[in-house]
Amino acid sequence: MTTHDAYASATDTTEGRVYSVTGGDWDSLVTEIGQTKEERVVVNMGPQHPSTHGVLRLVLELEGETITEARAGIGYLHTGIEKNTEYRTWTQGVTFVTRMDYLAPIFNETAYCLGVEKLLGITNDIPERASEIRVLMMELNRISSHMVALGTGALELGALSPMIFAFREREKVLDVFEMVSGLRMNMAYVRPGGVAQDLPKGAVAKIRETVKELRHNFKDNEKLLVGNTIWMMRTKGIGYLDLAGCITLGITGPVLRSAGMPWDLRKTDPYCGYENYEFDVVTTDTCDVYGRFLIRMQELEQSLRIIEQACDKLEKSEGQPVMVADKKIAWPSQLSVGSDGIGNSLEHIREIMGTSMESLIHHFKLVTEGFRVPAGQVYAAVESPRGETGVHLVSDGGTRPYRVHFREPSFNNLQATSAMAEGGMIADVIGAVASIDPVMGGVDR
Amino acid sequence: MSENIGMFGASGSGDTSGFGGLVRSAANFGSSERPYGSYFDEVADELERAYPEFSDAIEKVIVDRGELTLHVKREKLFETAMKLRDTQSLRFEVCLGVNGVHYPEDKDRELHAVYPLLSMTHNRRIRLEVSVPDSDPHLPSLVEVWAGNNWHERETWDMFGIIFDGHPGLTRILMPDDWPGHPQRKDYPLGGIPIEYKGATVPAPSERRSYR
Repeated sequence: MTTHDAYASATDTTEGRVYSVTGGDWDSLVTEIGQTKEERVVVNMGPQHPSTHGVLRLVLELEGETITEARAGIGYLHTGIEKNTEYRTWTQGVTFVTRMDYLAPIFNETAYCLGVEKLLGITNDIPERASEIRVLMMELNRISSHMVALGTGALELGALSPMIFAFREREKVLDVFEMVSGLRMNMAYVRPGGVAQDLPKGAVAKIRETVKELRHNFKDNEKLLVGNTIWMMRTKGIGYLDLAGCITLGITGPVLRSAGMPWDLRKTDPYCGYENYEFDVVTTDTCDVYGRFLIRMQELEQSLRIIEQACDKLEKSEGQPVMVADKKIAWPSQLSVGSDGIGNSLEHIREIMGTSMESLIHHFKLVTEGFRVPAGQVYAAVESPRGETGVHLVSDGGTRPYRVHFREPSFNNLQATSAMAEGGMIADVIGAVASIDPVMGGVDR
Repeated sequence: MSENIGMFGASGSGDTSGFGGLVRSAANFGSSERPYGSYFDEVADELERAYPEFSDAIEKVIVDRGELTLHVKREKLFETAMKLRDTQSLRFEVCLGVNGVHYPEDKDRELHAVYPLLSMTHNRRIRLEVSVPDSDPHLPSLVEVWAGNNWHERETWDMFGIIFDGHPGLTRILMPDDWPGHPQRKDYPLGGIPIEYKGATVPAPSERRSYR
């Protein structure tokens, strides 16, 4: 083998001869590799790979089909959101952070807003209706996020139908988001002090209908997967991580609950009035992919329960404010959803342009300058579909954040890849990563 | 923290607002006085009991907005962390990562590392804060104490240039391996692409005139 091969070139390194395979003529490569005694293969899975759940790069060292070392390479989706927020007002920050974990935008927004409200010291002044809407939107979002986790997780293990069903249900939730906020994703709907606007007329009735449909349709996936022999063979005992491993790695969310720990911030450290809702924290003690799958399946039902209770509360609080009363903080601009999408409320435009100079000044000052946040630092956290989404905010007393840091559960939990995959088969690493459900937008921020 | 003069971030442009003489200095937090309130007194007492060198290790204790922050000397960070994790009555078994904050005006304490801790046993949260000078940005790694800090410390190195001594593999994590500089530091501009329109340019966000 003296001719140059563009696809499979060999280089001599201090650790011996290394063959890099990027495609091309396998026969000639196999012949050459067959002459060496050692059989150690390093496979780069990703960053462009259909099974790695986004632009995740897995560096797998193999001995035959057994993984001896697994490392995750991240950063391919780093967009500098945290840095960017330092150059925008506190309110504008919402539009940035909603794009971090793009499958759970409402959770990012809520965590961020809870942090800003804590810094402002207005946590107790948030109107109840605003908190109810937040809870409603978060639980809907949990469903849409879990649907992607289940659908793509099954897809990656070779089951196509669950994906079709899961995305069908997710569409229904996104329709609700569109009706409420005007946008299907990255809504920037939760704002410091409350939410951007009240629910449109007839929203609660529509949501109740959706809940009914979802509850009925969830059975499709349940029938397909729960107890399915092939599915269980691919997921049972796979991606094992016990409680001690979870704790030392700081794992939260379904992965922690699959190790039997009933840790859920909605119960242990309630926010947005979660203490007023009845729901169960789902756990299993199997520590494996199947357990995490079951947890997500059952959390869907718990979310539906919370949504129904939120609907009851919202019917009672009809007409109450959804933004904090303090005019120095409350966003003055009003939006309305028209036939052509979301836009400025004509009534508000009429007021500031036609009737009240003071309203115009007030609008201008708050929108361009923003409000000042007293100096200090806080940490606020919510239970996102993937675990604890924490936000650490530092203010220097100005109109813009001094530092915004997100403690992303995806980022933290992805560290468990090595622990879950090493010693297992190469085919199982896919299931293990899918059960962590990392969203690379959140991992890389 | 810094002292801000005027109302706008950019200087050199004509100030027609009349706010040019405005001077605003950020609050400097002193140590809080006992009682701290909530479970914070208990945590402080227990730590003092378990860790005889407490008064030597803790620079100041700040209680603000219902959160407890312990400012620790970096030489004592590792020991304090071990005590917080292992003492039965404290049991901070989860560390929710590390976050850097850059205060360029804070002389010889420019870089801060903040560790939010969680005790699942007692359902308590506290925060550790350590500061290091920019000229000697070394901190002991806490990966041995909380293995989950591995990536968080790599991120803090990547973004702020804090070196965690004893980390098993302190490499960049979000930025490319050959990236120069540490983007989250305040002396690192946000950048952006200046856009030219009919001869006029739109400056990068960090250079725009803006409210403070």
